[in-house]
Formats: sequence, structure tokens, C-alpha cells
Amino acid sequence: MKKVNLPDAAKIKDELLKTYPTKVGRKRSKHITVVGEKKEDNSIQANVRTVPGIITQRGCCYAGCRGVVLGPTRDILQIIHGPVGCAYYSWLTRRNQTRPESPDAPNYMPYCFTTDMQEEQIVFGGEKKLKQAIQEAYDLFHPKAIGIFATCPVGLIGDDVHQVSREMSRELGINIFGFSCEGYKGVSQSAGHHIANNQLFKHVVGRDDEPIAGKYKFNLLGEYNIGGDAFVLEEMFAECGFTLVSTFSGNSSYDDFCKSHNADLNLVMCHRSINYMAEMMQTKFGIPWLKINFIGAQETANSMRKLANYFGDQQLIETVDKYIAREMQAVEKARAEVRPRLEGKLALLFVGGSRAHHYQELFKEIGMKVVGAGYEFAHRDDYEGRKVLDGLEVDADSRNIEELKVANDSTRYKPRLSADQKKKLTQQGIKLNHYEGMIPTMEKNTLSIDDISQYEQEKLLELYKPALFCAGIKEKYGVQKNGIPCKQLHSYDYGGPYAGFQGAINFYREIDRMINTRIWKLIDAPWKEEEQIRANFATS
Amino acid sequence: MEMKTNTKSKPNAVTNPCNLCTPLGACLVFKGIKGALPLLHGSQGCATYIRRYLISHYNEPIDIASSNFTERTTIFGGKKNLISALENICTQYTPELIGVATTCLSETIGDDVPQYLREFKSEQKSACLPHIVSVSTPSYNGAYMEGFQATIKSLVVYFAASRPRTRRVVLFPNLVSPADIRYLKELLADFGMNFVILPDYAETFDGGPWDGYQKIPQGGTRIADLSELGGFASAIELGHSLVGQESAGAYLEREFAVKRHISGLPIGIKATDKFISILETVSGKKMPEEIRKERGRLLDAYADAHKYLFEKKAIVFGEADMVAAMAGFLLEIGVIPVLCATGSRSGILKAELEKLSCESGRSFEIREGVDFGEIEEISGKLKPDFMLGNSKGYSLARRQGIPLVRVGFPIHDRIGGQRVLHLGYRGTQQLFDRIVNTIIENTQEQSSIGYTYM
Ligand code: SF4
Ligand code: SF4
Repeated sequence: MKKVNLPDAAKIKDELLKTYPTKVGRKRSKHITVVGEKKEDNSIQANVRTVPGIITQRGCCYAGCRGVVLGPTRDILQIIHGPVGCAYYSWLTRRNQTRPESPDAPNYMPYCFTTDMQEEQIVFGGEKKLKQAIQEAYDLFHPKAIGIFATCPVGLIGDDVHQVSREMSRELGINIFGFSCEGYKGVSQSAGHHIANNQLFKHVVGRDDEPIAGKYKFNLLGEYNIGGDAFVLEEMFAECGFTLVSTFSGNSSYDDFCKSHNADLNLVMCHRSINYMAEMMQTKFGIPWLKINFIGAQETANSMRKLANYFGDQQLIETVDKYIAREMQAVEKARAEVRPRLEGKLALLFVGGSRAHHYQELFKEIGMKVVGAGYEFAHRDDYEGRKVLDGLEVDADSRNIEELKVANDSTRYKPRLSADQKKKLTQQGIKLNHYEGMIPTMEKNTLSIDDISQYEQEKLLELYKPALFCAGIKEKYGVQKNGIPCKQLHSYDYGGPYAGFQGAINFYREIDRMINTRIWKLIDAPWKEEEQIRANFATS
Repeated sequence: MEMKTNTKSKPNAVTNPCNLCTPLGACLVFKGIKGALPLLHGSQGCATYIRRYLISHYNEPIDIASSNFTERTTIFGGKKNLISALENICTQYTPELIGVATTCLSETIGDDVPQYLREFKSEQKSACLPHIVSVSTPSYNGAYMEGFQATIKSLVVYFAASRPRTRRVVLFPNLVSPADIRYLKELLADFGMNFVILPDYAETFDGGPWDGYQKIPQGGTRIADLSELGGFASAIELGHSLVGQESAGAYLEREFAVKRHISGLPIGIKATDKFISILETVSGKKMPEEIRKERGRLLDAYADAHKYLFEKKAIVFGEADMVAAMAGFLLEIGVIPVLCATGSRSGILKAELEKLSCESGRSFEIREGVDFGEIEEISGKLKPDFMLGNSKGYSLARRQGIPLVRVGFPIHDRIGGQRVLHLGYRGTQQLFDRIVNTIIENTQEQSSIGYTYM
């Protein structure tokens, strides 16, 4: 690996904090951690409310609930109860892909349904309009299930989306459930993930006990099929002989959710958005969960091996090994091609609640150095690992988010592993129901920054001059104004898939093209250099 | 003339809305003022969504702050949050102006923003406080155009004061593209006018790379100019929707006797002629030769391509002023706008289009307060040859196999939405070529041979 001399991360941190008023600076300081020698000891403040007036990249509770978790499900018809904007902005903006079972199977993802609240409803209440809206949507599409999402004004005017859901459910004879995901709840979209998990668990999971055919059955949790990632993974699982029962919630369907409790394992991709579901399914049905990562070829290989070892069948393990060996050939070839052009270059990753961790693996594989990484809406356990959970303080903003009381299901709870099997997995270093977090995987003298502000981002660009910045569309154009490419890790800028082995190859190539295109040389305008030369002349 | 104006068949559920929310319009205007930063008073989600949405059209960094309500704020009111937001913005961004727009949430709880602002200003000792202009923009009452116009008005009311009369002119261009604004500037300069455009986001929404970090992007209407508005000779407003309205132009005329002129969006020969005649009146100059030539070329193109267009049918949808202007233009070139639809409920479109219908002797459907679900219901029967409107029509166009010519706002499935020129002879020329070529391309693709000559 090429040696790169990096600036002192602690000094950079000081620079970032300089312009803030003292109080704000003190607050922000806790959200910026210099990754040190003993990574296990690094602590960071996260999941606290953004200071008013600081421009954040965070969205709202509703965005997390409707947009992230429920959005990728094609056949739950989703009605947004509120003024038009909230619905409009979340309409087909994420690039989740889906493949209905047949050309006429329902797919409501291209649609946006809203009650488009008017002043009359704000003053006199909107339940009547909501009921009629449900009826109209039902008449149009006859869906199996309808989800109702409340946006900010709804809770305040006293509309009860749950009551309306129950009533209409009885009347229409289909499953209708509400989400109290008003945007002001919690501190970011993260609150919405939790609410979405709760309601799906309460109203959908476990409705269909029909046994599932196939071997090695598991669910994939926290994979939203951006850019077709889930398709790549589905193929990989099928080829190795696994049975994927359901995905929460990329390329997913209502029926799959209903029977997901019949699986024997939950794989967790995005820990932040879906760990609640994994935990609740563990408690109620006895399904263990395993944190995996399918971003990065090596990580994919590791994850696939863990998965095979969990089921423990020797033949399965061999099939998986063979599969990995075959796929790795193409991966190595692509890696060897791009690595010389990328080695030692710096990247910054500020995105999401898991991607900033997952994508570091891909950069390592092509020799790039991630000097700073952080999340928009993660919690401390995503940074430092689940070990901090017990000591976690819950502030007023998060206390309002319901924690479901879940108990063993008296008839359907079934432990999936014997004591022996558990022991064996421990010996193999496979930890169930565990996540180590992002910081322990980062190198020392790098920065971990939570809920980075627009201002801090600009400062980092100036101080590190990275070859690449990874974030979302809100950051993209500002970064590019500085002559630095920005990869969107929410929507992949129309690219992808990046998961699995084929995805890794796509990503290597994409990063190579982005960094090494000639455009950046043009943006570093020639007159700047001239000026510098002139300045040099003047001083000599 | 027999006109069909319908209200929705499904009055409660909106399927695929054709309208954006009010504070978005406010943000657009504030982003067109030099040194200004918009602040949305409400939960952070609205600010984030609106930023995200504007960025996807303009492909530029766009900052919008939020006062970041918590659940407690919804109970105790938003004053504390608003003040802390203002303070933090001042120290971090040192803006010349902070534009505060409300959201559904702060409106629902009944926050009195103007009162909070008065208190804030009186409590601040610091002399270098920025201007703070506020506007009420609940989305359950109106839509983004209402927010857009209300914000312009708020700015004018805040800044305009009595001034000695000058010969200067203010142009309110409506919600047009940065390319349109640049074109309008060129045009007004050609007429030798000393003018101000409000809002002017030509640069803030479509600028070049940066030499260093810009807290607030360069460009925009200068505040010094806004304070001079009271002494201006004329105000020109674009958009039929402003006729009879208490708009910024109406205010300037009433309070400061600034002569007000209104023209629809200048799209097509006739509409542009009208706009140009206003410029002639205001400047006292005849149309410059170069513009006359531009007009000539456009007429020539009409003549060259009329046979490809005649009797073709189009669905036009989007913001009311844009739809009205496009319908006028289409009728002029022999295309029938079989359905003119807008999500706005203001009633303007109907009035304007009925006039057009009478003039042209054509009848067509007009729908206000519409959603795409409803457009789809009728478009099947209308069998249009193409659709003219924003990106949100794509799903429908795709399902029905109709080409979509992208105009207006938002365009987020193509690059360059900010550079689509719509206005004047030049903008019409570009639109015209795109429309004709869309039709020719469609015919070409469907022909079994694939001729390479027209
Ligand atoms: S609450 Fe109102 S202002 Fe906010 S996004 Fe929704 S419609 Fe727009
Ligand atoms: S109103 Fe509330 S739910 Fe809607 S976008 Fe704004 S913060 Fe989110």
C-alpha cells in the first residue's frame, strides 16, 4: 500500500469548530471524533437534534418511515395523509427497483396517493377525507393492504390514523394500518425507521404460517434495492442454494412479509434502519440475526461464508466456496486494472446510517484511503457497536418513539440453534445478534463526524482536498463546484448495482472513471496556475 | 364556444399530484436575492425535502435552513427555535437577508412569526443585523406559485420606500428558468433600459465552479436596488395570473405610482409581440434590428415546419401561467392543446384559456386542481401526439407511449432543466424545434423503412 502523509486529524477538527459560536462549537465538538489508537474507546455523540439554523442533510421521521422502509414495497398501497408537499417530495425519488411477479401483478411504487389536506381539514379535521380517500384508492386498485402515513399537521389537529385504519379495515376487509410518523418526531429519519419497523411487525409479520419450501431459509433485512443491489444478491443466494424468504424491503411484497417469521435466520444489512425488526423477530419467534455486509468483494465473501456456516451443511459450504472462488477471478482482474490509478487517493464518506461503513471496504480494495466518514442519522451503536446500547441515554426526542413490548410467541417461538451449534459458531468467530460498529473498522488519525453540516463539509474539502466525496444529491453539486467528484451513495447517480461481486467490479470501474476523467483538470482553471507562476516571479 | 371544464371525479384521494407546496415557491424567490438565505419555520423535513427537490432540478448546491421543530415545539410554539435559528444563521453565514417562510406545521399551531421577528429585532443590540423578511406560506392553502408571488410581494413591501422618480424599470419574470432570466436581461439591455429583475436566480441557480467556498452563492437581485423601487418609472409583471391581483406590481403602482404593465409569459409570436410592445412603450425605443431578425427566423421556421404540426394534439400540464402561455403558442402553430391541466385551483387558467378558445375557434378540455390520475383517465380518450410539461408527467407518458417534451419546472429526469429557454422569440424558436423534432422522430421511428429525409 502506498504511504500517504495525512494531516493531523485533531488539527482538522479544531479548524472545523473555529467559526461556530462557543455554545454550538461545544455541541458540535462531541459529534466529531478523531479515531485514535484504541478504537474501542472512541466515543461519539449521535442521534441528537440538529441545532436550528445549522443546515443539516437530515430528513424527517416521515421520510424515514414512508420513503426508506415502506417505499420499496410494491404492493402495499400507501396513502399520505397531509398537505400535498410531503407526499410529492417522497414520490419515486429513491431509486428502489422492483420486479412484480407478473406483468399484471400490482406495483404501486410509481404512484403517489395523498389526501392533499386543505384549510378546511386543518380547521375541522381530516378523518372524513382520509376515509373517503381510502375508499377511492380501494375502488381503483383493490390492494391487499394499505398503509396510512401521517405528516406533521395530522397529529396536531387530532386526526387518529389508527382509528380510521381499523374502521376502514373492517369495512373493506383488507389489512389497513397507520403510521404516526409526523415529521417532528425524533431527530431525523431514524425515528421513522423505528415506527415503520413497529407497525410492520404488529400488522404484517406473522400473518401467514404456511410452511415454506426450500432449504436454508432466511430473510434479508435492511436492503432496499437501490440500483438493483437486491437483484444481484437474490441471484447469488439462488445459485448457492439458499432460500430467501423476504427482503425488508427491496423488491419486496406484502405476502413475503406475512410469512417472513418462518425463516431460520435474519441477515442484517443496514443495522440502523432495521435492527428493531431483527430484535423483535428474535424475541417473538426465536430467529437469530447476523450482521453481514454485501458491499465490497471481500466482505461479500466473508458474509457468504458466515451464512453457509450458520446452516453448517458441508456441501453448502463447499458450494459457496466454489462460487466465491469463481467470482473472485473477475474481481481480481478488475481490481488490478484500476488500482494503480487510484492507489493512495483520499475519500470522504458522509451518508446514511450504514453506507458510510459498508463502502469503506470497497475503497480499501482499490487502495484508496477513507480519511473521514460519518452518518446523517445513525445512533451511537452504529458508530461504536452494540456494546454501548446498555449505557445509552435516551433523550426527550427519542423517548416519544414507541418501544414495542414483545414476548415469546407461545405457539410459534422456536429456537433455531442447539447449544452445540451455538458453540461451534462462536468458535468460528461468528457472532449472532451483534454489530461492532463503524469506528472500530477505521484507521487511526481519521475522522468520524456525525450529522455533518454543510459548512463542515466545505471545510473538509478545503483541508483534505480529497479525490472523491461520497454523499447524497444535496451535497453533490456543492462538492463538484470545487472540482471534486461526488458519488451519490443514496441513489447511485443512475449507476449500480454495487452489491456483491459483480457490484464491486461496477464500483471499481465507476470510481476510476469519476476520479480520472479529464474534466477536473479543466475545472482547475489554467489561469489559476498562471497566477501562481506570476506570483512566483514577483517574489523571486 | 363550448368549453368543458371539469372538477375532479374523485374528490378526496389525490393520485400523483400535479402541484408543489407553498414554501418551495418562497425559497425560489429568496434564492434570487443577493446574499439571502431562506429559513423555513417548521420541522427540518420540509427544508430538506425542498432543498433536495430544487437541487434535483437546478443541479446546484442550494441551502435552506430550518428552525427544526421538536415535538415540544409543536406544543409550546416555535419562538425559541426561530430565534436560535436566526442567531446561528447570522454568525455562520453573515447573510444580507434572511427570508423566513412558514410551513404547514408552524401555521397549524398558529405561530405569529412577524411578532417573533419584531421581538427578535428589538432585543438584538448588534447593529449589523441582516434584513429579515417573512412570508406566510401554509401549503394547505395555495401552492408553490402562491408562495412565489406572496414572497415577491413581501420583499417589495418590506423594501420599497418613497424615492425621487427615476427612469428605472423592475421586471417580475414569474417562475421561469435561469436561462430565461438571462435572456430577459439581454432583451432589456437591448432596449437600453436601466432595470432590476426580481427574483434573479440566473446565477445562484446556474453558476460556474468556485474558486473557494461560497457560503452563499454569488448573484441575485441587490438589496440596494430593492430599496429604490419606490422611485421606479415602471413595473412589468409576467403572468396572466397577476391580472386583478394584489401583486407586487399592483402594490408599487398604488403606493408609489409606479406604472404597472402585465403581459402573459412571452411564448409564441403573438405573446412575445405583446411583451415587446410593452418594452417599446416603457423604453420609448423601437424593437432593435437584431430582435426583429430573431422574430423573422422564428416565422420562417413556422412556415417551414407547419405541415408536420398541423392538427396535432397535445396535452399541456403544469403551472397555470406556463400552461396558458404554452396553449397560446400551440394554437398559433396549429397544434390543438386537447387538454390543458394544472394542479392549481386559482381559476386563472380557465379564464385565460376560454379567451384563447374563443379567438381560435377551438374547443379543448381545461382542468384545474387536477392530479395525474385524472389526466391519465382522460388522456386515453384524447389520443394526444405528445405531452408538454414537466418531469412528473413521465410515468403517464411512458404508460401511454406518448412522447413528453419537457418544459417548466421541475425537470429532474434530464440534465439542464435550468437551461431550458422558453421565453421570447429565441425561446419559442428552441421550443418549436424541439416539438417539431419530437413529432418527426416519432414518425421516423414508427416507419418501417426509417427515412433519413423529411
Ligand atoms: S408540511 Fe407543508 S410545507 Fe412541509 S413539505 Fe408538507 S406540504 Fe410542504
Ligand atoms: S411536514 Fe413534517 S412530515 Fe412533512 S416533510 Fe415536513 S417535516 Fe416531514
